[in-house]
Amino acid sequence: MSTDYQYVPEPKLVKGDHTFGSITDLIAKTPLSPTPKLWYLAFGLANILLIVLLGAIGYLIWDGTGIWGLNNPAGWGWAIINFVWWVGIGHAGTLISAILFLFRQGWRTAINRFAEAMTIFAVMCAGIFPAIHVGRIWVIYWVFPIPNQMAAWPNFSSPLLWDVFAVSTYFTVSLLFWYVGLIPDLATLRDKAKSKVAKISYGIAALGWTGSFRNWWNYEKAYMILAGLATPLVLSVHTIVSFDFAVSVIPGWHSTIFPPYFVAGAIYSGFAMVLTLMLIARKIYGLEDIMNIDIMEKMNLVMMITGNLVAFAYLMEGFVAWYSGYIYEQGIFWLYVVGPYAWGFWILMFCNVVTPQFLWFKNIRRNVAITFVISIIVNIGMWFERFMISVASLSTDFMPSAWDYYSPSFWDIATYIGTFGLFFTFFLLFLRFLPMVAIAEVKGVMPQADPHNYDGETNEFDPSKTEPVVVQQEQTV
Amino acid sequence: MAQIFPKWADEVPRQLLLGLIIFATAAVAGVWYYFSPEYTDVGYAPEQPVPFSHQMHAGQLDFDCQYCHTNVFESKHANVPATETCMNCHNQVMTDSPRLEKVRESWETGEAVEWIRVHNLPDYAYFNHAAHVNVGVGCESCHGRVDRMEVVQQVEPLSMSWCLDCHRNPEQQVRPVEEVTTMGYEIVNQIEKGQELVSENNINPPTDCQSCHY
Repeated sequence: MSTDYQYVPEPKLVKGDHTFGSITDLIAKTPLSPTPKLWYLAFGLANILLIVLLGAIGYLIWDGTGIWGLNNPAGWGWAIINFVWWVGIGHAGTLISAILFLFRQGWRTAINRFAEAMTIFAVMCAGIFPAIHVGRIWVIYWVFPIPNQMAAWPNFSSPLLWDVFAVSTYFTVSLLFWYVGLIPDLATLRDKAKSKVAKISYGIAALGWTGSFRNWWNYEKAYMILAGLATPLVLSVHTIVSFDFAVSVIPGWHSTIFPPYFVAGAIYSGFAMVLTLMLIARKIYGLEDIMNIDIMEKMNLVMMITGNLVAFAYLMEGFVAWYSGYIYEQGIFWLYVVGPYAWGFWILMFCNVVTPQFLWFKNIRRNVAITFVISIIVNIGMWFERFMISVASLSTDFMPSAWDYYSPSFWDIATYIGTFGLFFTFFLLFLRFLPMVAIAEVKGVMPQADPHNYDGETNEFDPSKTEPVVVQQEQTV
Repeated sequence: MAQIFPKWADEVPRQLLLGLIIFATAAVAGVWYYFSPEYTDVGYAPEQPVPFSHQMHAGQLDFDCQYCHTNVFESKHANVPATETCMNCHNQVMTDSPRLEKVRESWETGEAVEWIRVHNLPDYAYFNHAAHVNVGVGCESCHGRVDRMEVVQQVEPLSMSWCLDCHRNPEQQVRPVEEVTTMGYEIVNQIEKGQELVSENNINPPTDCQSCHY
């Protein structure tokens, strides 16, 4: 019996007949051309939502957290749900830019800038909630270990304090990582810009980047170190967020599976959000050659894997509840399934367990419309996951006399919707003024960047050399 | 390609860094000093409705503090004397002084004199006078040389760290209980004597939350 083995050639990362120049023109044209009307419309809508957010926060600070639908058993409601949801969304950005960088995945270049921007704005939205959900926002600086005239320090054994450090570090490192990546591209924009203002602004932001060998050498090292630092960071940040729950004694919260399960969920929802945004942006800005179907398929695969990890965690929660022989653990799981929030549980099961199973099919993974729908369903599902964890576990715990049903008030909803205003305000500014694809990095994964693709005699780029070499092996067993 | 930035732009990063360091240092030092009770509260000396002089009564006439502030050894609150206490003397002394007009008015109408409180702790800090003076914390330690004050002013910050400094090292302040109201009490071997008094009187100042904040 003999079999032919052959290497499966990797699909080209950048479709179409692009040269270095055409890639630069394609990406740099958006920040450097006049603002389109549609952008103003979108920006206006985002601004309205932002005003809703500011209004909701203002009224909250004026009137107190009682304007929310919280009750005594459920002291954590939408604010914490949304916090975890937004932080989770932010995690895909770092995963794409850092972890995939460490794994040398060339396809990340199409989406990393986009995803990092999303991280930063999602973390901004997330960071609002821990700040505003406290009853007395004006003394929130007490969470920082600053020497003061009270001789008082924060208690370092609370995961909520770790949250402060985790989220602020995460935001800072993400911002730095994003900015370091932007520098060569800002230099490109500086050099392409026609107007004086644009030249000077991009010039200041580019910090005098010349693209010399030494520039690039240091840049690559810095980028590598940041990627290496951001990877444990991204895992630990969402772990710490999960500790907010897992460290407590509440049945349904006190669970050792939470850290990896939250991280998997974060990647799952984060990739879904990147897909949602990317599928719109590639259409509007004509970036189909870069953010192409192959890349969408790869993202769908990551989403499928993490979706199944999350599904496994749900299964484990049920199993461990049964296996524990612990009546409260069993009770809370039973209440998830048939209790007052069972509707949330079944929405969650549908969105997070059933939906990713469609991604086993190649033609669905490669279908833009279905992927778009799935990506939105996943984010709804992940919101419900946090809803079930926060609210359902709290509403019905040890003492039946302390059971109550939680429902959000108008202000809970307004605050949540408002955070989309904040997110999209910044995201649209990013789309408008910064290159949404890492120009330098995309060029690095194009066939033209590979020195092997040049003719030895003439030193000219030779496209025929970029064809994958098919190695055939004959094996006889 | 034309240069975008002039030559002096080379200096900008260095100057920015220097400026940032100076600014950050100034900001930290400024907040540290100007936002602390040592700056905001110490020296507070409002004008009282009656120009009462501690310097004259406690200093020149040498009243013991407890003649007027009678409850300090019994109560958690050190009382301000009632009009009756003033009138013990002033129904015969300086009966027509315009400075005492408000006191006589209070005596006649029964309305209290509206003294202005100088040492004001927030109401979530439950300070107890009796607990302190009965173990030998002198008036002077917290209120300064009141016998030299024409107008009472706050001399200590009354901040929480100020309280805790003493609760953690009481030997630096304690004196024999009979010396509590003495103004200008001073001995050379304070620490030694203080340690002795701390163990003798079984002084064990609390540093936990519920002692002051309940």
